[in-house]
Amino acid sequence: MIALVGNPNTGKSTIFNTLTGMRQYTGNWPGKTVLQTQGFYRFNNRHYKLVDLPGSYSLLPSSPDEEVARDFICFARPDCTIVVADAACLERNLNLALQVMEITPRVVLCLNLIDEAKRKGISVDILSLSKELGVPVVPTVALNNYGIEDLKKTIAALVEGKLECSPRRIEYDDEVERLVEDIESHINPIIPRSLINFRWLALRIIDGDSKLLEAIRSYLHLEGEILI
Amino acid sequence: MNALKEVIPSNAEHFTEDSLRINKISDKIVSSIYREAESIADRVVSQEKGKIDWDRRVDDVLTSRWLGYPIMLLLLGVVLWLTITGANYPSQLLAQGLFWGQDRLTEFFIWAGSPGWLHGFLVLGVYRSLAWVISVMLPPMAIFFPLFTLLEDLGYLPRVAFNLDNFFRQAGCHGKQALSMCMGFGCNAAGVISCRIIDSPRERVIAILTNNFVPCNGRFPTLIALAAIFTAGAVSGTYSNLLASAAVLGIILIGIFTTFTISYLLSRTILKGIPSSFALELPPYRKPRVGQIIVRSILDRTLFVLKRAIIVAAPAGGIAWIMANIYIGNASILTHTAGFLDPFAALLGLDGIILMAFILGLPANEIVLPLIIMGYLCTGSMLEMDSLQALKELLVVQHGWTPLTALSVMLFSLLHYPCGTTILTIYKETKSHKWTLLAVLIPLSVACIVCFLLNQTALVLGFG
Repeated sequence: MIALVGNPNTGKSTIFNTLTGMRQYTGNWPGKTVLQTQGFYRFNNRHYKLVDLPGSYSLLPSSPDEEVARDFICFARPDCTIVVADAACLERNLNLALQVMEITPRVVLCLNLIDEAKRKGISVDILSLSKELGVPVVPTVALNNYGIEDLKKTIAALVEGKLECSPRRIEYDDEVERLVEDIESHINPIIPRSLINFRWLALRIIDGDSKLLEAIRSYLHLEGEILI
Repeated sequence: MNALKEVIPSNAEHFTEDSLRINKISDKIVSSIYREAESIADRVVSQEKGKIDWDRRVDDVLTSRWLGYPIMLLLLGVVLWLTITGANYPSQLLAQGLFWGQDRLTEFFIWAGSPGWLHGFLVLGVYRSLAWVISVMLPPMAIFFPLFTLLEDLGYLPRVAFNLDNFFRQAGCHGKQALSMCMGFGCNAAGVISCRIIDSPRERVIAILTNNFVPCNGRFPTLIALAAIFTAGAVSGTYSNLLASAAVLGIILIGIFTTFTISYLLSRTILKGIPSSFALELPPYRKPRVGQIIVRSILDRTLFVLKRAIIVAAPAGGIAWIMANIYIGNASILTHTAGFLDPFAALLGLDGIILMAFILGLPANEIVLPLIIMGYLCTGSMLEMDSLQALKELLVVQHGWTPLTALSVMLFSLLHYPCGTTILTIYKETKSHKWTLLAVLIPLSVACIVCFLLNQTALVLGFG
């Protein structure tokens, strides 16, 4: 299962359509995808389920659709998350990418709309961006299929474990890091590591987002029982 | 598992003790992420100097204080004019072709020796209403949808939202309502669903309740056909299309004005509150994929809507024929019902048949005009109905429509309750009987009041 996230209006639905051959309705205005849509595609004899999530600026959500996106990445634990980014305004898009990378290591950054960026005189150094982030970066122009094969290959390599990611970890200041360490040591004995990213959970506990904590609690409870 | 339950709340409580401190820490976390993103972007992105930002320049014009509205009106006008002008000829061709088919069908039924009622039900009822739906609806939709999608693909809709934001704010509702309103032009059910982009529940309900006031594609053909009929002959040739476009544009503006008024009233009465602010990104203009737009908007939208219309129109046509041909006493059911509705309809400048068409048209607004025609045809004499001219003949000469009648029908069509699908969608979206009921009652009363006032005023002034 592959999740598709990104800032609004970066062409997620277009990528979704080109990958799955479906014709989800696309439109050039932010906020168009309000529900998650699912589709399938085959690559190298393997089935992939693709989920198109509502556009989000951040995983520290300020709107219900952003919550949908965050909960999905956090609780549905996709095998790979594609972060679709608009090459023309990379900085804002990287905020989201970095946040996604805090939750899950298996991330592909799909740098979409590079033709448009070029038109505006913006160029992005793909190799060093990939190095900086520690995840694969694939440049695409979804409208004319450019880079889509590459994207599929990269996803496949990641899912099959041929490609290892070592996503860049954001270092916070000493106070936060100390707290994180403290909480992680509390969590360690009671929650299996496979369920959730400890560091991320610790950060959210520090954040004190009670609604999310409630969701996490019921999720862990549910998953935990299945495990036991 | 108990231990697990404990650890999270205890920690959370521990850290919520001092909420100020938490806020500070949360801010720190967020700003660390932003700093990181900034520094990475700095290292990998290079910007060529001296490029002109065309998007910015175009935006300055399209969303400027003085030019924004005229350009919006002009664009809408051009789209309508292209639709009306372009739809005329294919509409006639289709009508001629389909009614030629009706004659062949009739010959076939006579040849096969089938009973008269079967021929009446299938050919005069079902087939004829289908033929009308297709010939009246298909051409305008096949032109309007691609044009609308073109504007959407270009990225014009968010600019509309930007322009209209001020109005919506004045009305006490959310600026994104402009987007859901624009989607309503395609289909009110889709418009209602798109209201999800509005976060505040209060403003969402306002947007849902007023979405019906923009004409959906089911009502566009009715508006366009009536506008075309009643402006043709008033002026000659090319100008009549312009006049018809202006008439439809006027109707749309009335709809938008009603949206603001009702939104304003709602936000001052049952849905009080302060409009919430929001950030709207103006997306870059994108080169639309013309080929894909045409294929998609015809396959996905036009044919979809047409299919829906046909599914509803076929049985409705059959029912109308039955009603017109089963007699109780010395008049048909249709005549009885129409007669029953007549006094009330007259107050609104309509007649019994028109009102009944609106009632029977509840499942889909598309079939209102075909139902009116069916009703008239079943009661009046037979006509070769293969052109708008013939339609005018039927409405004006045989059934005494005046321009005022046409205006009343157009206004009633614009303002009356949403179609069955939309009502169902509203219920699904709001999960509330109350709001769903209001979503029907508010437009219905607005339609009745507006038509009543219009006609009584006209009466006093000596028109009509």
